[in-house]
Amino acid sequence: MLKDLFSKKKKYATIPSEQAKQDVPEGIMTKCPKCKKIMYTKELVKNLRVCISCGYHHPMSAPERIACLLDEGTFQEYDRHLLSKNPLDFPQYIEKVEEDREKTKLNEAVVTGEGTINGFPVVIAVMDSRFRMGSMGSVVGEKIARAIERAMEKSVPFIIFTASGGARMQEGVLSLMQMAKTSAALKLFSEQGGLIISVMTHPTTGGVSASFASLGDYNFAEPGALIGFAGRRVIEQTVREELPEDFQTAEFLLKHGQLDAVISRHDLKDVLTNVLDIHQSRGGDEWRTN
Amino acid sequence: MAYELEFEKPLVELRKKISELKEFTKHRDVDFSDEINKLEARLEKLENDIYAHLSPWDRVQIARHPNRPTTLDYIERLFTNFFECHGDRCFGDDEAIVGGIAKYHGLPVTVIGHQRGKDTKENIRRNFGMPHPEGYRKALRLMKQAEKFGRPIICFIDTKGAYPGKAAEERGQSEAIARNLFEMAGLTVPVVCIVIGEGGSGGALALGVGNYVHMLENSTYSVISPEGAAAILWKDASLAKKAAETMKITAKDLKQLGVIDEMIPEVRGGAHRNVDEQAKYIDDVLKRSLRELLPLRAEQLIAQRYEKYKKIGDFIESEQHVSVM
Repeated sequence: MLKDLFSKKKKYATIPSEQAKQDVPEGIMTKCPKCKKIMYTKELVKNLRVCISCGYHHPMSAPERIACLLDEGTFQEYDRHLLSKNPLDFPQYIEKVEEDREKTKLNEAVVTGEGTINGFPVVIAVMDSRFRMGSMGSVVGEKIARAIERAMEKSVPFIIFTASGGARMQEGVLSLMQMAKTSAALKLFSEQGGLIISVMTHPTTGGVSASFASLGDYNFAEPGALIGFAGRRVIEQTVREELPEDFQTAEFLLKHGQLDAVISRHDLKDVLTNVLDIHQSRGGDEWRTN
Repeated sequence: MAYELEFEKPLVELRKKISELKEFTKHRDVDFSDEINKLEARLEKLENDIYAHLSPWDRVQIARHPNRPTTLDYIERLFTNFFECHGDRCFGDDEAIVGGIAKYHGLPVTVIGHQRGKDTKENIRRNFGMPHPEGYRKALRLMKQAEKFGRPIICFIDTKGAYPGKAAEERGQSEAIARNLFEMAGLTVPVVCIVIGEGGSGGALALGVGNYVHMLENSTYSVISPEGAAAILWKDASLAKKAAETMKITAKDLKQLGVIDEMIPEVRGGAHRNVDEQAKYIDDVLKRSLRELLPLRAEQLIAQRYEKYKKIGDFIESEQHVSVM
């Protein structure tokens, strides 16, 4: 038939080869998972790991975060000596933790310490999703609780950057209880008038979102971050309900009243500085009362 | 075309005539400056006359003027470092109410207010400044936060009322308003409320339990809109003008009734004529109010607030006991 001659239909499909998929050399170039643009990793890092073309916020490691946020040379780390045990004798658990320790050069999935942001002293805890997906076990809970206690002793604000898949399954119920431990520490700190700022980054889910991540006097999030309690697949499979596309994104949470603001990484330091400034300021001479 | 108010028509016509004459002088070789001066003097007199004798209904029109400055207009002019906080942490973020932290002449404060839109699109987003329960719950969240950090609270009131709708009822509009009245009564920090536009009923009062409540000269504050009152009292919403005259809804009346503390003067012709200038008038009163309240301790603030509301109401203590028993 004449029609067949003009058919645009391809007779066969092309399957991209495994090799083609990975043809971007690791390290030198990075491909944005959102817009697929390939860019120099160096350029991306310089732009705070925010995609140059679409603004996608790539995950940031804890040391990177601290380097770009705190005033140079002010950071003093806490509790590098705490290490995970294997309380449930979970097969392969310690090996996996050791692997991540080797890979990240961190002792656990959170880095805690003190420093200053544009001169304002803070105690800060930054989670790192490269370490066991930022999951919270005994060490993570303990490090965070101790950091909060330090903030309390020093009467300085506490800032936490969350990035976590949730509780660490390999430590079972002990992980669950870290939610209570960290929340209890925050309660004491808050009663004392302490300022708590939570910045949720991609992803913040499960037991972490259901404890300290949501307990800030100010809850912020980075654009596009996945934040939620139960995962999308779990919800879809249990209730068989179709979920909106932006479900559990930072923007979705803002619309539903859970966040004070969604803040781009480029603006974050300025926003934090302003909030810290307002909280530290006493109004000056004009307002002095006797 | 600028939005004209009914009572301003004679002024508008006169202004038009003056500008025509000026135009004429510019292009032809005829000198009309005498006539222009005369007309300008007449305009001045007419303006004084009209603006000095505004009826309550005229003021309702000014309060509803589409260009009347909103909460955000004043925040921009009175505060620095404003950072808006969103959400009630429960259900949603109601853009009919804005709130956040800021500095007022260097002093950290929390500022909250109803927010109307400037155009149709923004009005839809902000629901014409008519809040849902989540708006009031956001406001309360921010007030509690202010209390924790010992910051004074400043509320701008500007709403036709809490939104009457199905969703609002489902989520507990009454409870949300009631909770705010209850909690505001107990706040341990100074609270200053300023009615800047329409103060519509419970929806306005939910941001309005303060140590001081001030009102702009041409704003209104009432138990219901004049239209609503006319519909209830006389079953005819078109009698709104009559309702406005009888219901005592202007700043002057409310000052006399002891409902408000101070009437803040407005720029002649209404706040929309010069927002910067209007902000200065507010600034004077606000600064003075905060200076008076800041030295008070928490118990004193709560007691002062209670006394203020306890005094409002009118009744007779008669000798006679009326009873059916």
